[in-house]
Amino acid sequence: MSEALAPAAIVVTTAPMLELAGVTHVFDVSRPWLQRTLAREPRRTLRAVDDLSFSIPRGTTLSLVGESGCGKSTVARLSVGLMEPARGTIRFEGEPLSTARAQPALRRRMNMIFQDPYASLNPRWRVRDIVAEPIRTFGLAHGSAVQERVDALLTQVGLAPQDGEKFPHAFSGGQRQRVSIARALSSAPEFLVCDEPTSALDVSVQAQILNLMKDLQQRLGLTYLFISHNLAVVRHMSDQLGVMYLGRIVEMGPADAIFAAPRHPYTRLLLDALPDLAHPGRSRTSVGGEVPNPIRPPSGCTFHPRCKLANARCRAERPEQIAAEGVLVACHAIEEGRAS
Amino acid sequence: MPLLEVRDLVVEFPTRRGVLRALDHVSFAIEAGEVLGVVGESGAGKSLTGAAIIGLLDPPGRIAGGEIRLQGERIDKLPPEKLRRIRGRRIGTIFQDPLTTLNPLYTVGRQLVETIQTHLGLSDAAARKRAIAWLEEVGIPGASQRIDAYPHAFSGGMRQRVVIALALCAEPMLVIADEPTTALDVSVQAQIISLLKRLTRDHGTAVMLVTHDMGVIAETSDRVAVMYAGRVAEIGPVAAVIGTPAHPYTEGLMGSIPSLEQRVARLRQIDGAMPRLDAIPAGCAFNPRCPRVFDRCRSERPELMAAGTTQAACWLHAGVATNV
Ligand SMILES: Nc1ncnc2c1ncn2[C@@H]1O[C@H](COP(=O)(O)OP(=O)(O)OP(=O)(O)O)[C@@H](O)[C@H]1O
Ligand SMILES: Nc1ncnc2c1ncn2[C@@H]1O[C@H](COP(=O)(O)OP(=O)(O)O)[C@@H](O)[C@H]1O
Ligand code: SF4
Ligand code: SF4
Ligand SMILES: [Mg+2]
Ligand SMILES: [Mg+2]
Repeated sequence: MSEALAPAAIVVTTAPMLELAGVTHVFDVSRPWLQRTLAREPRRTLRAVDDLSFSIPRGTTLSLVGESGCGKSTVARLSVGLMEPARGTIRFEGEPLSTARAQPALRRRMNMIFQDPYASLNPRWRVRDIVAEPIRTFGLAHGSAVQERVDALLTQVGLAPQDGEKFPHAFSGGQRQRVSIARALSSAPEFLVCDEPTSALDVSVQAQILNLMKDLQQRLGLTYLFISHNLAVVRHMSDQLGVMYLGRIVEMGPADAIFAAPRHPYTRLLLDALPDLAHPGRSRTSVGGEVPNPIRPPSGCTFHPRCKLANARCRAERPEQIAAEGVLVACHAIEEGRAS
Repeated sequence: MPLLEVRDLVVEFPTRRGVLRALDHVSFAIEAGEVLGVVGESGAGKSLTGAAIIGLLDPPGRIAGGEIRLQGERIDKLPPEKLRRIRGRRIGTIFQDPLTTLNPLYTVGRQLVETIQTHLGLSDAAARKRAIAWLEEVGIPGASQRIDAYPHAFSGGMRQRVVIALALCAEPMLVIADEPTTALDVSVQAQIISLLKRLTRDHGTAVMLVTHDMGVIAETSDRVAVMYAGRVAEIGPVAAVIGTPAHPYTEGLMGSIPSLEQRVARLRQIDGAMPRLDAIPAGCAFNPRCPRVFDRCRSERPELMAAGTTQAACWLHAGVATNV
């Protein structure tokens, strides 16, 4: 690794890299005022993220997993300050995120990688300029040093310096994702939010990208908030894991502990739903129902319409997180000892 | 005689800079009632193979060689009208996005009734009864009321159930399903796959299941064809292809899938990328990426040959047994 790519200043702090406390985000999904008034409809809101708390220690990976619409991307955008939460606090290196974002020296230390590497790269720019932009914005290098840094970044993600001359469309999906990673690394960040970085890629290309991300984490001491709907990918990448359902974390803790003994009925459903390569021909346990409409979520525990263990209390009362052997779980059945 | 036989299928796209060969001598067969999985990375030629069989290649794409037989009868040279009757009656289709199959302007009932009447010639009342029975069979609650709803009133998973009913209601002998669960959530995927498995088994329908998801193949298929750069790299019983792959590409592919059971520090990776159609290397198309490449691979192209319990297009297996 060249000097230029090392994090500029190692701040010695015991604070977690990122910390969310009671974060809630609500979208207004009402129809336009006139239509609403004519139809005498009230305003409608959607609670995309509901009372979320977690912290990510420096140099580790916390993953969020869940089905479509459960709020993963919303957490991603909140975590890099692309949106403000309606309630709750987000701290980056111990400082409120909004204060941190106001300081270029802190802002450059966080970045994001998206699912669709094509949509996030400007098609009219050469890759060289795409990767150089954050370097120039933050004034991290000047003159010919910019080019040197771009070349080093491209090499680091497994591309060649000559690839900088090309436009994004000249690359395959996996190569474009490498360009996105080079760009995300160009401001020498310490914290990366990765929103489904391999979901659009084939498994063989996914393996290349996941290996690259792990190598970079080790070499540069990066911290990841890693978002995916694929449990096997999450298992491979995570130190900590949070399972989300309709905006809430239903189970959270060390990834190894959760995979060894999943407790929440929804976590179990997700694991049971996975096909098993080791035993071809074996059927998955197929569970009924789909994720309900988040505008009108079910009462009490929002998972109750799909849960075998649901009872009257589940339908009425929202379960709070309780700690069970180092893992937090929000489920009445577990609290009552009804679930084994 | 197999139900479907594809032999040396070649599909080409004429372009300004010459002819691109997207499928290059693809051969396989599907027996009655059998599920053949077709896997491979994006661009390998999976969808084109399905499209060629049902005569739905996008122009200027064309079949430039080989033959396709359904119950022994050539169907690759039929006039469009005849092919349309085969599609629907003898071959059903399921695509990734249910909205490409469902017409948003018609109720699901009308679409089912029309398909049933076109192919089975039932009366209005009998066709409607049959349509309701199909909706019940694919697990739509309250089928007799919801039959008059429009597609947008259904969730993604429910829509794909309707598409399955639509593909099966004319009682075809073969269903071509192209990435039928790719757009769905994991828990819904499991529901759709088990539904498809149950219905095709009950009705004795054969399935060509196209997907890039090895997990879906593992739990569903009897045999698997692995495609690479427009060719079949390996074909054989599902347990053998997954457990003891004979082709180095299949081996690499299996190794690159992260596992739930054991955690490894690094995934096995195949370096490089699948070549573009205008840059397919001579000899074995996989040779620039193959860890076991040797001289012959760079000049001579391997055809499928017996390799243990599977067939692989790989020179490592030459001389081990005779070709088929
Ligand atoms: N800008 C917005 N306006 C209104 N609703 C939104 C907006 N962005 C997201 N939502 C809603 O918030 C919920 C959470 O969305 P989010 O994109 O975070 O989900 P996700 O978990 O990332 O899903 P996916 O797996 O499909 O990417 C969804 O119900 C979504 O429809
Ligand atoms: N209409 C078209 N014109 C030119 N090339 C095409 C067209 N459709 C498909 N191809 C090419 O044919 C190859 C196989 O495509 P396809 O069968 O869709 O792959 P898969 O389904 O395996 O992802 C790809 O290289 C693709 O780019
Ligand atoms: S709280 Fe009740 S409904 Fe919710 S997951 Fe636990 S048992 Fe099921
Ligand atoms: S033919 Fe040669 S290059 Fe091709 S897969 Fe076999 S060993 Fe590898
Ligand atoms: Mg998302
Ligand atoms: Mg396809």
